[in-house]
Amino acid sequence: MKKELTLFDKPRNVKILLICFYCSLAVLLVAEFFIHPHPAFYFEQMKGFSAVYGFFSCVLLIFIAKILRRIVMKKEDYYDR
Amino acid sequence: MTGNLIPPALIFIACAALIPFLQGKTKAGYMLLIPVVSLMVIMNAPTGVIWTREFWGYTLVMGRIDKLSLIFGYIFTLMAFLGILFALKVKDDLQHVSAIVYAGATLGVVFAGDFLTLYLFWEIMAVSSTFLILASRTDGARKAGLRYILVHLVGGLFLLAGIVLYIQETGTTAFDYIGLSGPGSWLIFIGIALNAAAIPLHAWLPDAYPMGTPTSTVFLSAFTTKSAVYLLIRTFPGTEILIWIGAFMVFVPIFYAVLENDIRRVLAYSLLNQIGFMLVGTGIGSQLALNGAVAHAFCHILYKGLLFMAAGSVLQMTGKIKCTEIGGLYKTMPLTCLFCMVGAASISAFPLFSGFVSKSMVVTATVNENLVLVYLVLQFASAGVFHHAGIKVPFFTFFGHDSGIRAKDPSWNMLLAMGLAAFACIFIGVFPQPLYNLLPFTVDYIPYTGSHVVGQLQLLMFGALAFALLILSGYYPPEIKSINLDVDWTYRKLGSAAYRLLDRGLNTLNRKAENILITVVRGFGTFFCQITVHLILFFSVNLWLIQGYRDRHLALKKQRLYQDVVHSTLPIGIGAAAAVSFVILIYVLT
Repeated sequence: MKKELTLFDKPRNVKILLICFYCSLAVLLVAEFFIHPHPAFYFEQMKGFSAVYGFFSCVLLIFIAKILRRIVMKKEDYYDR
Repeated sequence: MTGNLIPPALIFIACAALIPFLQGKTKAGYMLLIPVVSLMVIMNAPTGVIWTREFWGYTLVMGRIDKLSLIFGYIFTLMAFLGILFALKVKDDLQHVSAIVYAGATLGVVFAGDFLTLYLFWEIMAVSSTFLILASRTDGARKAGLRYILVHLVGGLFLLAGIVLYIQETGTTAFDYIGLSGPGSWLIFIGIALNAAAIPLHAWLPDAYPMGTPTSTVFLSAFTTKSAVYLLIRTFPGTEILIWIGAFMVFVPIFYAVLENDIRRVLAYSLLNQIGFMLVGTGIGSQLALNGAVAHAFCHILYKGLLFMAAGSVLQMTGKIKCTEIGGLYKTMPLTCLFCMVGAASISAFPLFSGFVSKSMVVTATVNENLVLVYLVLQFASAGVFHHAGIKVPFFTFFGHDSGIRAKDPSWNMLLAMGLAAFACIFIGVFPQPLYNLLPFTVDYIPYTGSHVVGQLQLLMFGALAFALLILSGYYPPEIKSINLDVDWTYRKLGSAAYRLLDRGLNTLNRKAENILITVVRGFGTFFCQITVHLILFFSVNLWLIQGYRDRHLALKKQRLYQDVVHSTLPIGIGAAAAVSFVILIYVLT
């Protein structure tokens, strides 16, 4: 039997991963102050616009998807009945 | 020039015929050689119009060689190679033959310079791809395959009708830029858009593709839609409606992808979303936008093929592909997991992966055209793609809850195919210039600027933050065994409901009409019969009274006569005599 990977079975590893993730977010926010900006539109001149837009896009995506699920979700055998 | 005698499409199709007669390593080598030979032919083909034939006064052009057709020729041949390698150990000649014919027909479409050749290969594509769906040999696949071919035949008819009108108008079968102008062009547009799975003509794709075998879906994901995108770029660049169809396609399918339980159906919806980017580029029609659409099609074929290969590997090794049934597979399928994540990073357009260098061209083109709304939709979708294809697919398959399944990585050929595709995704992401050199127009675009990289990473990583927070808080929509209604509901439910309605309505009307007719006819019949009987009885009874019959004798005779007349058992002579006397009576009276 081949050995199994158990990397993410340990809560400590998951915690480290999450901390790295949060740190990378902070780095990205800070990095924006050190680069030459090329705003596509006027609203992109705001620092962190992409971050806010990305975050709320995904929240909105889930929010709408949950509403959509009420309308379109059917049992798996829906078409066979 | 000797290498250019046979068009690549015919190489594929002719060579496919021999596959069932070969076995073992010979067969494997032979199948892998087909795309290699074709690639060499394509690379050596001179620019211009080649492989022409006269046919009933029309010129068939099997080789329109320019930069646009060449780059699609390269990527389709490359993908055919990867697909064949991935399916190398499949013991089913039906799949091999139809996949190779399918790939060949796609090359035929790409290099076709006239409508007759195009239509021929277009239909071969539809038929051969249907067999790839049927190859699963399940009831669901059979039904989905039937729906698939019906939809595509309808699309083919639209195209054919458009072609006929086009030839009528222009007098030539050759085509290039068409543009939306008259009914003929609209019909052609609809025919092609159906194959591109443009909303609302898209439902066949998430319906049929997930029903294929683990290996056949890889072929399906690459050819039909992207050859249609190629044709749209060739015939309808700068058509504004494509921007809006594209923006809609980028937007709507991601909600479905979030909700879907079947991983391959998630990928099918994200396929629609990616085609949306290409259609937006085609609709804008500037050089940058068209370059972006082509480049994105190129990269997309590779990473979507890779993702479908990873999903196919999981299906092959575990027999399962639904989020609710799998999970935690990274433990025993680490390589598949790794390749899947490369595909996921590419489709999400992470810097250093292929999607980043191609998708951003389309996005930048919307900026150049000052399309604010479209730009915001594309950015929303970029975050959304990362959410469902970038995170959801690997997360629910390889991480998430531990399903307890301990399947191993698939065989070497499948891993090699995934490895090569993954390598290509990263190579293009790191060194985009070779791809840019192949694009139809000169590229004056630099993807790696500080603000672009940071902006894109912010968009993606904060989208990931939303995913993490939603999962941890439990607000994320749970995995549920279910299906989600789409436009195919119209022909699967509404269509059959309409059929039943017509069945009930018209057949009931039919029965009612029949009943009424029968009642009326019988009523008339009885009426005339009774009149006759009573007339006859009237005369006979009087006659019998004169003759002296009384009581029981009379009643008996009356009853016997009545029975004879009603049941028509009178001797024929009496009837004849009655008729003759009737004629005589009339003669006397007149």
